[in-house]
Amino acid sequence: MTSDLLLEATGVVKHYGAVAALRDASLSVRPGEVHALLGANGAGKSTLVKILTGVVRPDAGRILVRGQARAVHSPAEARRTGLVSVYQEPALIPDLDVAANLRLTETPVEPFMAWVAKLGVPTLDLFELARNLPLAVLRILDLARALAIEPDVLLLDEMTAALPADLAERGLDVVARQRETGRSVIFISHRLLEISALCDRATVLRDGETVGTVTMAPGAEEQIVALMLGAPAEEPLEAEPQRVRESARSAEETPRLRVRRLRAGTKLDNVSFELRVGEVLGLVALEGQGQDELFGVLSGSRRPSGGTIEVDGREVHFRHPADAIRAGLVYVPDDRAEALLMQRPVRENIALPQCARPSAWGPIDMRADKERVDRAIDRLQIDTRAQGEVQRLSGGNQQKVTIARWIAGGVGTLLCFDPTRGIDIRTKREIYHLLRELAAAGSAVLLYTSELEEVQLACDRAIVIFGGRVVDDMSAQIADEPALVRAAYGLPRAASGEAAGGTATGSEAPA
Amino acid sequence: MSPRASLTRIVRRNGWVIGLCALLGVLLIVTKIIQPNYGAAGFGSLVRAALPFAFAAAAQALVVIVGGVDLSIASMMALTSVTAATLMEGSSEEFAILVVLLVLLMGLVLGAINGALIVITRVPDIVVTLAMLFVWEGAALLVLQAPGGAAAQWLKALIVGTVDVAWLPREVSTWIPKGLVLLVVALGVVWIPLRRSRLGLSMYAVGSDPLAAFRSGVAIGRTKIVAYALAGLFAAMGGLVLTMSTGIGAPIPGPYLLASVAAVVLGGVTLGGGKGGLVGPIVAVLILRLVRTDLTFLAIDPNVTTIIEGTIMVFVVMLGGLVALRSHPR
Repeated sequence: MTSDLLLEATGVVKHYGAVAALRDASLSVRPGEVHALLGANGAGKSTLVKILTGVVRPDAGRILVRGQARAVHSPAEARRTGLVSVYQEPALIPDLDVAANLRLTETPVEPFMAWVAKLGVPTLDLFELARNLPLAVLRILDLARALAIEPDVLLLDEMTAALPADLAERGLDVVARQRETGRSVIFISHRLLEISALCDRATVLRDGETVGTVTMAPGAEEQIVALMLGAPAEEPLEAEPQRVRESARSAEETPRLRVRRLRAGTKLDNVSFELRVGEVLGLVALEGQGQDELFGVLSGSRRPSGGTIEVDGREVHFRHPADAIRAGLVYVPDDRAEALLMQRPVRENIALPQCARPSAWGPIDMRADKERVDRAIDRLQIDTRAQGEVQRLSGGNQQKVTIARWIAGGVGTLLCFDPTRGIDIRTKREIYHLLRELAAAGSAVLLYTSELEEVQLACDRAIVIFGGRVVDDMSAQIADEPALVRAAYGLPRAASGEAAGGTATGSEAPA
Repeated sequence: MSPRASLTRIVRRNGWVIGLCALLGVLLIVTKIIQPNYGAAGFGSLVRAALPFAFAAAAQALVVIVGGVDLSIASMMALTSVTAATLMEGSSEEFAILVVLLVLLMGLVLGAINGALIVITRVPDIVVTLAMLFVWEGAALLVLQAPGGAAAQWLKALIVGTVDVAWLPREVSTWIPKGLVLLVVALGVVWIPLRRSRLGLSMYAVGSDPLAAFRSGVAIGRTKIVAYALAGLFAAMGGLVLTMSTGIGAPIPGPYLLASVAAVVLGGVTLGGGKGGLVGPIVAVLILRLVRTDLTFLAIDPNVTTIIEGTIMVFVVMLGGLVALRSHPR
């Protein structure tokens, strides 16, 4: 049995100081299979990946490659044993051009270019600096570089997270075809749908232990969720129950935010929509349709080239994020490093937006500060064991801090840009819950999401942006994934009775 | 790719260095206007004065490219300079060849010690090299209490006068001081092969993004040590040049440390690492020296001179940033 496994890890243990990152992890990969590695944030996935690729050394455990014991001490060594990893963050050196990056890793150029073309990037200038390439292309190049080496085991960490839908599809297709050559793929993802479509088996980690390996079959998702949560799965992907849909009521009032014919840069071209009090409005778009510009303008970090923004009926002009914050518009980015002071404590991170308010001079009221911060931490159930430095929290907890810092002060409008990217299911659900709660308490939330099922899980209504314009506006009931995908690709809505109901809710069509 | 497009790219990639060369040209013209009899001789002495600064800047540039900084460069120059001067005192001309090789090796070792300490102890580079600044300075004083020693005649001759190339007209060759040739050859022999090797790529990779470099299979520690060792080698060359030009060795470090950082910044090597090369910093050294010469010609108070130099630096770097911003709208 052991002999026909391509990769086998058993009893892997890793401690960081007193904290056990892995207590008893195991993983076995057969030749020619796509194997999913799953687990909530902090379950030990990334530690296991780091051990497999030689970034860190395990305290105990055995790793066999083709039945032979291997001690891998560096990524270079892992590559020589046939294990290549594509990480979540792009691994190209930003200040070197693509050709130099290939030379650095001794990657053959011809197969690399062939893979790049196969992965859906038709033209690539080898002499462009990696710094100047868009994120999605960098991810593709990382993948192509790994494929060009023809590894026995390819480790993909959240490969599709930063890819637009069309490129992601191509990538998944290429990954699936790795099987035919007898090579294996270890696939790490939070997207269960992707996993059930692509993978043969899945190994689930919980609290540093392997709790089971599931063979993918219809119904396996439930099993996986159950293993991940450690308790019987209670309606894992059910919409928030206490949703309030009283758009009829709030439609009468002045909207919290009214955007008219907004333009910015080359991408955002004439966007109009309204965000009402007590509403969570979903925003769906393929990569690069102007959503970055829209959020940039709304959060005050870039200036529009045309159009107006009204907050509570009053026109506003933001010159600086401080202006937007004063108007009650606060921004939660997808990249947590963009929002947090990674080396400072949780407490300071939460308190900062309050005590750094433009109008606040003089000494900080420490007691009031502490109360506010404690309330926020309590409400969000942030795990504060490692609160000395935000960078030591898990990704999910960091994201909670980015939201908590605004809640602590009481906030009018939350602009969330893909806030759940790379976060485990449990934390995601907590965040949806929180957004609903905030909306119910009189805030308004604009939620850009790259995970389409989030629209029905968290939103009242969704707008779809395509080519810098709002192309659709539908209520959450009808905004299922097929409908959103059609709209996001600029296709007209399927003719049906439900569609009519949707337009009625979304009364503010683009002017 | 069309030759035109690749030419545009070369211009764009090396825009900073081209701009600096243009600035140097303008400054030379300005100098000629201020001082009509400024000519080849003036240029020769400019190069000679700039030599130790140029080697210091090259050393600093290497370290900054890998994302570090070396505060001990001037001390290493002093230590290697006094070592060379002491060994050459009273010995034969031939023995001096051995001394040169020995001192260059010494520079490599000093730099490697710096690098190894940084990599092994994980103490920040700025702290380690600050400490080594004092260590090397003390060592220099142990070698030679007061300025003294001697230099071989052929060594001194290496940087005096101009080259005589048969096929070049006299009008051209008077503008090529031997010092410039020495500088280009000494740095080129190390830098050009390095730039084309995987090691050179690794240096830029480590400075640009250490994590991505590690994941690309670069041995970070080794690359850093090599960069510091080569910086030590360049510092030793600088030390030798000091001995060549003065004929003695001086144990107290000269003003080369801050000057090297200034030249590196002005020369387009980003202090964060990963960008730039050696040509920029060296042109920057010439610019800074020439500005000083011009200000002397204009009989400006030497105290004001440093203020002007600082202002120029901020202004030029700011201007460069603005130009870069314009050409890369985001």
